[in-house]
Amino acid sequence: MSTDTGKSSTESEVSGLDYEETELKLGLPGGSRIAGSEPEKKRGFAETVDLSLAGEPRSRDPGDRSTDGLVSGAGKPPAAKAQVVGWPPVRSFRKNALKSCTYVKVAVDGAPYLRKVDLEIYGGYQQLLTALEDMFSCFTVRNYPNERRLVDPVNGTEYVPTYEDKDGDWMLVGDVPWKMFVASCKRLRLMKSSEAVNLAPRTPQGSTSAR
Amino acid sequence: MRGERSDMSEDEDGGRGGAGGGDGAGDGGTDTPVPFSDQVLENVLENVLQFLSSPQDRNAASLVCLPWYRAEAQTRRELFIGNCYAVSPRRATERFRRIRAVVLKGKPRFADFNLVPNNWGAHFQPWVSAMAAAYPWLEKLCLKRMSVADSDLSLLAHSFPNFKELSLICCEGFSTAGLAVIAEKCRHLRVLDLIEDYLEGEEDETVDWVSRFPETTTSLESLGFDCVGSAVNFEALEALVARSPALRRLRVNHHVSVEQLCRLMARAPQLTHLGTGSFGSAAAPLLQGGGCSVVDLARTFAAFKSLVCLSGFRDVAPHCLPAIYPVCANLTSLNFSFANITAEELKPVIRHCHNLQNFWVLDAVRDEGLQAVAATCKDLRELRVFPLDPTEDSEGFVSNVGLVAISQGCRKLRSILYFCQQMTNAAVVTMSKNCQDLVVFRLCIMGRRRPDHRTGEPMDEGFGAIVKNCKKLRRLAISGLLTDKAFAYIGKYGKLVRTLSVAFAGDTDLGLRYVLEGCTQLQKLEIRDSPFGDSALLSGLHRYYNMRFVWMSSCKLSLRGCKEVAQRLPRLVVEVIRDRDEDDDDEGVQKLYMYRSLAGSRNDAPSFVEIL
Repeated sequence: MSTDTGKSSTESEVSGLDYEETELKLGLPGGSRIAGSEPEKKRGFAETVDLSLAGEPRSRDPGDRSTDGLVSGAGKPPAAKAQVVGWPPVRSFRKNALKSCTYVKVAVDGAPYLRKVDLEIYGGYQQLLTALEDMFSCFTVRNYPNERRLVDPVNGTEYVPTYEDKDGDWMLVGDVPWKMFVASCKRLRLMKSSEAVNLAPRTPQGSTSAR
Repeated sequence: MRGERSDMSEDEDGGRGGAGGGDGAGDGGTDTPVPFSDQVLENVLENVLQFLSSPQDRNAASLVCLPWYRAEAQTRRELFIGNCYAVSPRRATERFRRIRAVVLKGKPRFADFNLVPNNWGAHFQPWVSAMAAAYPWLEKLCLKRMSVADSDLSLLAHSFPNFKELSLICCEGFSTAGLAVIAEKCRHLRVLDLIEDYLEGEEDETVDWVSRFPETTTSLESLGFDCVGSAVNFEALEALVARSPALRRLRVNHHVSVEQLCRLMARAPQLTHLGTGSFGSAAAPLLQGGGCSVVDLARTFAAFKSLVCLSGFRDVAPHCLPAIYPVCANLTSLNFSFANITAEELKPVIRHCHNLQNFWVLDAVRDEGLQAVAATCKDLRELRVFPLDPTEDSEGFVSNVGLVAISQGCRKLRSILYFCQQMTNAAVVTMSKNCQDLVVFRLCIMGRRRPDHRTGEPMDEGFGAIVKNCKKLRRLAISGLLTDKAFAYIGKYGKLVRTLSVAFAGDTDLGLRYVLEGCTQLQKLEIRDSPFGDSALLSGLHRYYNMRFVWMSSCKLSLRGCKEVAQRLPRLVVEVIRDRDEDDDDEGVQKLYMYRSLAGSRNDAPSFVEIL
């Protein structure tokens, strides 16, 4: 049985979107990052890159699903198999239309401008918060038993990550499984803890896994 | 789905011949004077032949004898060119002198999946130049997979005073500036349909093309711009709709919110086709007052007595869906393929859609959603299930269960496109037995080379049953783990198959041989990542002149084999397309695209294309 011919693409899924203003590197769903790849501006011929993830030889067995060493995903391990150009055969228009809804605005109480993040590139909550930490570089992540907060070390103000879901309700980040969160999150807001009193009540400790 | 021309596949309607079909009779027209009696004959002939509409009939008529050839050429009104490189614009315009409508197709279909490099070709420019000179009375133009520049659109707008209908499908190279010229200059425009095009410069300054339509009452019947990435001037759009009493089809893009949609709908209750744009709210949920509430939205829909086709739903807020209940019973066509909804959200909608014939949906609705479709939509003819997450390792939302349910509920099914992660032979066999009317069967098992997940066997028997039992089958796309046996079945039973798509399949050259020897009606063959080599390619020499094209990429072809084909078949254009990082000296051929042509090697081939 013939094996893959070695042509793979990092960007065939996201061609057509222009990301110059964000510092985020594009990656495959699940968060693997390929150094040195450039986003294609339009659907056209994608740069072909032979992926060898985390130094492991590329799997030759079609059924194998080895975990990508770069990412610790939440729940299901992200795709380690090299993505092939043009497979599955879905037109860029459709891919982009469905994909674009994973970009959400991030607002921080007190900050003058917003940022945008693509939720799809993160494997889980921890990665998202780390990215937010990088983005609004004044924060550090403080871990509580069942939630994570971001703290501004300068004045000790605590920020609680919240999000608006599809129904328009403001929820605490971390309650639902990651994939469900990605599917329902419309925008993020880092709310000052002092204002976070009116959010939907948390489920009891230990009954919900944030990952 | 998006109008009559949306798929532009001729398989469903019985296929068409190309313009070159009757050309064997010679170049047409000598200069010796025609005797009077013959002239009478020709006049009579012309009067009769003008009623012939089908291209095959016309091609046949043109082959009878020279007077018939001339008469047919004079009376043909619609020109269909399935491959823009199969004939030169000059030759086409010299033979057919009174054309009013042109359909022109360019790039091979695999260009849609990034397999054809940018700037490969299919430029509209030489065609529009030739037509501008030859067909001043041109009314309709439909382009698919062509490279269209703003300057081409400008030439079009300035050259055809009676121009009425423009459809651009999967085209690229133009921008809102080009649209502006069309809007402004084509005063008799009835149709402007933009379907899955890729516009240039969407991130930069865009032109307000909607404002450029004539300020008087327009003759617009159809306006579709759901693929335009930039927002349009909404006030101008609303005003345009208000002064277009003939408007029946309107498809807006995702920048139009549901509140804005409400306003548009209020202006055009006579619409038959509506593309709803985002169908999501720009502001907080609609239930608050001010603007449209769900109740108001429902009332607006209820006023639409003629609505038969709904699409859009790009950012659908599920609580807005109930607003469409009033029209569901009349719908024949519903496109939910951009709506990320669950089975629970689909069920209350689909329950009302008794008359649905075309349904496009995302696999997010799962098998359960498909079961609901099967329970209600007894008249379904076409179903497409697209993947929400189009990657190989995504969670499989639909399976053999959904496929079987559809086959049991929708016995009149003619066309199916089904994306899944894995499948069973049993389910495919069941569909082959239940849906005997199938003309198009496209199963995409996204996991490459995946066997039947219950038995571990290849998917040969399933596809074999399809070609054997579905006696009207014209188009087939196969996937999953497949051996040469599957191809043997296709060659043996697929006698009507015109289009075949193969990916990651087969064992040896025998597979391709079976198909080339057995499928006598084969027109379009596209193969990728399958182990077929030169000897298989050479086994099809007797077929290639009867086909529109053959595409083979990432197979086992070599330059030697391809050169031999080119040598043996001088009227076949054999293109070897190279990737950027490929060695020029490499003996292996990564991408082969070959097609019959009366025009010889094209003179616009880029450097990465070698014509053998």
